[in-house]
Amino acid sequence: MSGLIDLFTIVAVSAGAFFFLAGTVGLLRFPDALTRLHALTKADNLGLGLVVLGLLPHAGGLLAALKLVAVWLLVLLSGATISQLIARVARREAPPS
Amino acid sequence: MTMASLFDLALAAAVLALAWWTISTREAFAAVIDFVAYGLLLALVWVRLGAVDVALTEAAIGGGLTGGLLIGAAARLRATEAAAAAERPGPAVRLIAAVGSALIAAGLVAAVLSLPDPAPTLAPNAAANLAATGVGNPVTAVLMAFRATDTVLEKVVLLLALIGVWSLAADRFWGGRPGPHHQADPNGALAFLARLLSPLGIVIGAYVLWVSADEPGGAFQGGTILAAMWLLVMMAGLTDAPPLRRRWLRLLLIAGPAIFLAVGAAGLWLAGAFLAYPVAWAKPLILLIEVPMMLTVAVTLGLLLAGPPRRLE
Repeated sequence: MSGLIDLFTIVAVSAGAFFFLAGTVGLLRFPDALTRLHALTKADNLGLGLVVLGLLPHAGGLLAALKLVAVWLLVLLSGATISQLIARVARREAPPS
Repeated sequence: MTMASLFDLALAAAVLALAWWTISTREAFAAVIDFVAYGLLLALVWVRLGAVDVALTEAAIGGGLTGGLLIGAAARLRATEAAAAAERPGPAVRLIAAVGSALIAAGLVAAVLSLPDPAPTLAPNAAANLAATGVGNPVTAVLMAFRATDTVLEKVVLLLALIGVWSLAADRFWGGRPGPHHQADPNGALAFLARLLSPLGIVIGAYVLWVSADEPGGAFQGGTILAAMWLLVMMAGLTDAPPLRRRWLRLLLIAGPAIFLAVGAAGLWLAGAFLAYPVAWAKPLILLIEVPMMLTVAVTLGLLLAGPPRRLE
């Protein structure tokens, strides 16, 4: 059973790390602010979400697990808001043709 | 080599690279962003060293607050930035700067290398007397009991910094409201974030103070979170900055140090020394000091970032 849980953790955290890597590559390679934001939010949402999901069985208690989920939700909230604000400035400075 | 030391090496390399990047970037705004990232990485370094209290402070003050102040400064300097970037110092100035920097670095290296091994430490004494303070976190015990004088003076310095910012105000705006009146879309993303996040942030700020009795945290870190929530609500246009002449505002600004000093003076006849607590009362007295201290820190930091008064109404 604990072997299965460890396998789940390894798979989920690795998948999360993959999304962070992909988001970073997108941030470096994509051509403009809006597409870069798109890449970055994937790292925040899915990457961190999968890392948190993978760590949940090892959190050592319900309270610690809820704190991990709260961290993910707070990052989701701030990430979504900040990308809205940045996107608005980007669109104001370079209106879509 | 273990995974942990590999991670530490990568972290140290990233901190050094980011430090180099920060000072070699010519554009002020980009340098500020680098500096904020540098502060967050430095907080990770403190975590790796086992100093979680310092890490929290570094993330809140080094990354957050200083970053906010520097972004404001960079925005003000934008108009003159092109002229400043075009200025190139002469070879003599560059040589003197290089020699000066090298000497300081050499002095620091010599100081670090000449430290006695093992380093002199008061940690065993602090740990041995922890029970007398009624708190379980040794860092809180040092800040609030063993070295309380330093903590009082720290808060007074913060107040002096705020007075320094206020002194930049034009005479006619003295006592007025700081900064611009932020007009944001009341149904926009920022107002939504401010409505949703600020209640959570207030709870987390109070929690960070409350757990500091036994876990990493404290009035300063909690106060910084409260200040951030206040600034968020002001920037979202949900509330305006208060006029600085308000009596409640002035009282909040001095409440922390004033109560700290009052408790300290009471220690003279209750426990026989300035800032000494009677043993049975140590924990409640520390709480009595820390709660107003957190409010004072929150208001002071918020007003520091809001800047000097710039309008009357």
